[in-house]
Amino acid sequence: MKAVDFDYARPASIGEACGLLAAGGDEAKIIAGGQTLVPLMAMRMARPALLVDINRIAELNGIESGSDYVTLRSCTRQAAALADETIRLRAPLLAKALRFVGHGQTRNRGTIGGSLANADPAAEIGLAALVLDARIEAHSATGRRQIPIAEFFIGPMMTALAPEECLTAIRLPLWQEPGRLGTGFQETSARRSDFALAAAAVQLILDTEGTCRRIALGVGGVGSVPLRIDAAMERLLGTRLDDDDIGDAARIVYRAIDPAPDLHASADYRRRLAASLVERALAEAKRDALARKA
Amino acid sequence: MSLHEITLTVNSAVHRGLVPARLSLVDFLREGLLLTGTHAGCEHGVCGACSILLDGVPMRSCLLFAVQADGCAITTVEGLAPGPEGLSVLQDSFWETHALQCGFCTPGMLIAAQALLQSTLTPSDEEIREAIGGNLCRCTGYKQIVDAVKLAADRLRGSNRAEGGVQP
Ligand code: FES
Ligand code: FES
Repeated sequence: MKAVDFDYARPASIGEACGLLAAGGDEAKIIAGGQTLVPLMAMRMARPALLVDINRIAELNGIESGSDYVTLRSCTRQAAALADETIRLRAPLLAKALRFVGHGQTRNRGTIGGSLANADPAAEIGLAALVLDARIEAHSATGRRQIPIAEFFIGPMMTALAPEECLTAIRLPLWQEPGRLGTGFQETSARRSDFALAAAAVQLILDTEGTCRRIALGVGGVGSVPLRIDAAMERLLGTRLDDDDIGDAARIVYRAIDPAPDLHASADYRRRLAASLVERALAEAKRDALARKA
Repeated sequence: MSLHEITLTVNSAVHRGLVPARLSLVDFLREGLLLTGTHAGCEHGVCGACSILLDGVPMRSCLLFAVQADGCAITTVEGLAPGPEGLSVLQDSFWETHALQCGFCTPGMLIAAQALLQSTLTPSDEEIREAIGGNLCRCTGYKQIVDAVKLAADRLRGSNRAEGGVQP
């Protein structure tokens, strides 16, 4: 269980990192926290010839709160984001999701961008980012671009990032409609801190009457990428999220997904689990919204 | 093979080394510095036996390459004891409550518990379980480990009252 031999570089800036990636081509790989990549290297499933270590690039670290977005730089540690007041107040769904990411020791090293770039279909940060309609910022030697999250995940461990691109930040748009914001994140795993068998994430806004004015809902671990379930969102918009509404939405999710079986859970179990988790996440989000002052 | 010169502080002593990029930090500690207290179990981030403190923060040393720790300060299980003969309060509490059988997980458990006790001396059971949640033990069933951490916290609170500050 040792990685194959490779070369190592520790650039001090985004520009320098992009230069190394451009020169290295397919053989170069970025290492951030390494909590996903290093196990893959140890198992020889990844054999990069060059590791570009971006851990000490100061401009890749930190959280900023703007008027329309919260921006997390890609090397921000998951533990730092979880402890961050801005994230708790302005991106509460992400804060809830982060509690389920690995465990304390991996969150201490693992990064926000690393989780996204590795695109594990069961990863919580990717699911929260999808539900929040995040934008991914990537730099390369030739420039920079923003990738809408809906186009970012392509398959298990596959993203729209080109080999020479470095994920530099994620921007979470703030929901500014009047009303009460509520969030719910539910997950089931074999052991706490283990990979999700399924997960569900919800963010919504209820008006003073308790009517749902905006909602986003997604499930993770039940497909090759995290999934937004638009039909369930449409079913709930304009309702007060009564039990019937929530039940219908869960059934829509049940029919919309087609999870694969594996060692840990059958396809049918995963599908029923995802529907239950959606119900629970919706109930949690509703409670959360109603507990806030209008 | 790419070789890299590194300088790092381990248990307060400065070490220099010339390491291949692929050398994991746990292998550097065990084979380079002969600090074999840190255990290599799964070597891919699952078991926690290799836990160390990097700049005071607990993490897996099998998921770090030694070259990445260049310039950092590391504490291993050898750094917890007050000296070669004695045990720290936390270690002694493990002994007292039978919190180890084969001992393979123990260095990682101690490091995880140490990090917790540095942040609070009044941890709840829930917080203790959370803190050791990334460390696998195949022997004890965890109960005695939780008991050990609680006992250590009790003792440390007591000694803090009496003496005004003791290390976990
Ligand atoms: S040896 Fe590092 S986690 Fe198992
Ligand atoms: S004492 Fe044997 S693995 Fe924990």
